[in-house]
Amino acid sequence: METIVKYIWMIPAAPLLAAGAGALLPGGRRRLGAGLAVGAISVSFLLSCAAFAATLGGGRAASHFRWFDFGATSVQLGWVLDPLGAVMAVMVTLASLLIFIYSLGYMAGDGNFTRFFCFMSLFAAAMLGLVLANSLLLFFISWELVGLASYLLIGFWFQKPAAAAAARKAFITTRIGDLGFLVGMLALYSKTGTLLFYDSGHGCLDENFVGGLVVSTAIGLLIFCGAIGKSGQFPLHVWLPDAMEGPTPVSALIHAATMVAAGVFLVARVYPLMTPHALQVVTWVGALTAVFAAAIAVAQNDIKRILAYSTISQLGYMMMGLGAGGVAVGMFHLTTHAFFKALLFLGAGSVIHGCRGEQDIRKMGGLRKRMPLTFAAYAAGMMALCGVPLFFSGFWSKDAILDAAHHWRFSQAPFYLGLLGAFLTAFYMTRQVCAVFFGKPAPGDAERAHESPPVMTAPLLILAVLAVGAGFFGTPAWPWFQKYLEGGKAGFDLSKLLDGSALTVMLLSSALVAVGIVWSGWVYGRAARETDPLEKAQPALFACLRQKFFVDEFYAATVIRLTGAFAMFCDWLDRVVLDGAVRALCWLAVGLARLNRNVDESVVNGGFDAGTETVRGSGEWMSRFQNGQTQRYLRVIGLAFCGLLVLLLWGASWF
Amino acid sequence: MTTPLAHYLILAALLFGVGLAGALARRNAILVLVGLELMFNAANLNFIAFWRFGPRPEALTGLMFVLFSIAIGAAEAAIGLALVIAIYRHRRTAQVDRFDSLKG
Repeated sequence: METIVKYIWMIPAAPLLAAGAGALLPGGRRRLGAGLAVGAISVSFLLSCAAFAATLGGGRAASHFRWFDFGATSVQLGWVLDPLGAVMAVMVTLASLLIFIYSLGYMAGDGNFTRFFCFMSLFAAAMLGLVLANSLLLFFISWELVGLASYLLIGFWFQKPAAAAAARKAFITTRIGDLGFLVGMLALYSKTGTLLFYDSGHGCLDENFVGGLVVSTAIGLLIFCGAIGKSGQFPLHVWLPDAMEGPTPVSALIHAATMVAAGVFLVARVYPLMTPHALQVVTWVGALTAVFAAAIAVAQNDIKRILAYSTISQLGYMMMGLGAGGVAVGMFHLTTHAFFKALLFLGAGSVIHGCRGEQDIRKMGGLRKRMPLTFAAYAAGMMALCGVPLFFSGFWSKDAILDAAHHWRFSQAPFYLGLLGAFLTAFYMTRQVCAVFFGKPAPGDAERAHESPPVMTAPLLILAVLAVGAGFFGTPAWPWFQKYLEGGKAGFDLSKLLDGSALTVMLLSSALVAVGIVWSGWVYGRAARETDPLEKAQPALFACLRQKFFVDEFYAATVIRLTGAFAMFCDWLDRVVLDGAVRALCWLAVGLARLNRNVDESVVNGGFDAGTETVRGSGEWMSRFQNGQTQRYLRVIGLAFCGLLVLLLWGASWF
Repeated sequence: MTTPLAHYLILAALLFGVGLAGALARRNAILVLVGLELMFNAANLNFIAFWRFGPRPEALTGLMFVLFSIAIGAAEAAIGLALVIAIYRHRRTAQVDRFDSLKG
């Protein structure tokens, strides 16, 4: 373990190198560019597996190096290998690898194929750097790189104005959260003097260190701000649905492995810094987000937008699990969710691909027969997301969260909110599956839909297996995952399943999920396609949900307008006050220059002009004597001679 | 019985005056040259007269001087005439007052 941590930097370095090399490749080298990306992520996956194997026995190893000094203190960066990071690295690399392979088929027709894989590699590299960082600073650097890569990929089709706007929105919205993160990081540094997580007793997360430190709730909450932005928690969730403008593999990567998982992972990583008060906030934010986003998802019509809101909702569950239950509960749902959400997004991508770019579920239908493989995989993902009992991973991970919420000592409200969310999840997912795969195909592209190529369906099937199977690693009967993260051995004990409160929660959530699926199937299974039955029953509520509770409009009316007004004020300040001052200075300078010129021209030049004029005039006057008339010269000489003669003969007396 | 020196000098002065008047007044370049030649010979006459009435007339110094002077005068007249002809060819005139290019 100590040796492997020395080489752990190669996990993020491989895709980073692939991204760098891909950026230098000419656009035509499609096979080479894609091969580099897939090869690099495969290398990372194998290395992650090796690292994962090394952590199976528990424990933690860290290595760090000095980046630079300022004054007496030095800034250190480093890598850490522990169960939390290792499981995350395996999950990220595996999901990325499958998504990369899928992209080979999905993006085959795109002109910027090489650029796409370059950005995807950068995305994966940044996320892996974040996962394995042993310093909050390195974490933050990777965090921002993740933000950059998401910006580049959401705006990958930047010629579409909506995509460009979505990329900007994602970047700016997460930046608001990042500001909190940055401030929290600085506050932490000023209090502890180190940003290293683990440093043999001196890191800010080491147990005895934290014990001696007065950890303030404010620091935890500030860092949580970053997680709110990145993981799309209310109220900074607005960017995530708009991020659907990017290519579907990007959405899958953002929602499964990289971007939004980063926020949850951040909270899990700095968990020792979170005071009980901070965790209470985390729980409440998570619970509210879970229900809020699930409700919105009920009324959406874009296949990817439904999934986006479902992700927000599931991220809320993760936060709730972290807050109420602990690292293992939240991380377990993060892992299972990564697999089934990647599956759902790739399935949606396959559907969109088959329907030639159509994303509106009202214009699909009946695809079950035309795309059987996609349907099978999608159904597995949908049931995992809904939490269909016993055989699907989502059931076990969501149940662990609900169970934790049930035992939360502060309030029972998050538990009931979670149950409501579970019901809504089952409802909207069934609605979506009914609209897309069942019924009669809508006229148009859906009638001519075709199954996707094997390069796309193969990752789907692998993910489907994972989406089903991942849950068995964390059941109450065999809590291997939880014990792995927390340290300790997991024993197999079936009787835990029948433990009183756990069983109650399980039965309750299963019943709600069943009600949701059956009710939704009953309503939407036979509905006419044009109008939503819910819209007929509750037009006002439905409109409110369709408009996403008017959060975007609210922001437009308040924050954005305020910012706009402030910008106008700044503009005015710039134009009138600052420019005015500058202009006044300019006028002063110009006036001085004019004066200078006048003095120069009239006084200095005038004197010289007068002097030269005199010289010229006298020269002209003198030149009249030399007229070229030889006889006249002679005459002058003669007269002068006569004059000289007279002077010599008689002039002596004059002197 | 011999003519006194003053007569020679008066003759030379008259000759010089005539030459000077000719050189100053005539327009024709040839005639200006003739005037110059007259003044020249007036000077030669003075040389001879002063030599003849000088302290040692038996040495032929004055005569030699004048012979040289006449030879140089002949050469100078030749140069003058050549110049006149060259100018005439160039400007198609021998009028001295038209030769006014020697000025600044």
